[in-house]
Amino acid sequence: MVRDVRVQAETFDPGAELAAFDAGGGGAVVSFTGVVRDVAGGLLRMEIEHYPGMTESAIAAIRDEAATRFSLTGARVIHRHGSLAPGEVIMMVLTAAPHRADAFAGAEFLMDYLKSRAPFWKKEVTADGAAWVAAKDADEDALSRW
Amino acid sequence: MIDVLYFAWVRERIGLPRERVETSAPTVSALVDELRAREARYEAAFADTSALKVALDQELAEWDAPLDGVREVAFFPPMTGG
Repeated sequence: MVRDVRVQAETFDPGAELAAFDAGGGGAVVSFTGVVRDVAGGLLRMEIEHYPGMTESAIAAIRDEAATRFSLTGARVIHRHGSLAPGEVIMMVLTAAPHRADAFAGAEFLMDYLKSRAPFWKKEVTADGAAWVAAKDADEDALSRW
Repeated sequence: MIDVLYFAWVRERIGLPRERVETSAPTVSALVDELRAREARYEAAFADTSALKVALDQELAEWDAPLDGVREVAFFPPMTGG
């Protein structure tokens, strides 16, 4: 079981991460890449704050839960913090399992939990000022399906 | 003494990321009451605790959780990762 969590300010190459990902013998690999998007228009930067220490342990706990539930043979999470421009990669989830259903489900489980259980906070900076992104009820509701 | 950390808009309202607090508060709620009584900026940050989350030693916790043996308390809004 290949397990890895990285929390970093530097950007990364999703293609290179996918190519380097060790599937641990699984026959199905799923990857998800999150990119900064400009929802309302006029976004200059997305600033991502986190809680060093808790971030890594919270993600590791979520990843371990996903690995157990979906019999993953590999699971990797990369999440950036700091100041990001629209179009930059924010995060990536990679999962591997013997069959695709578990690899997809494991990746979705990881994404749902990362959104509302990993200590990151997004702030959108536009020409008009800066505003913290509010958590969505839908993100919390998404956890109930698991 | 306990380390108290603030993140996101809680940090901005209080005006600092962390501080050492001398307290004998038995629970998180009691600590929040002590902080709110300090100054208006704390009152502003903790006005609605239903909009906040708390972690004790880097694990999510409840407001009535005991502080006995806890080294680090963190207050922050709901997370928005991913």
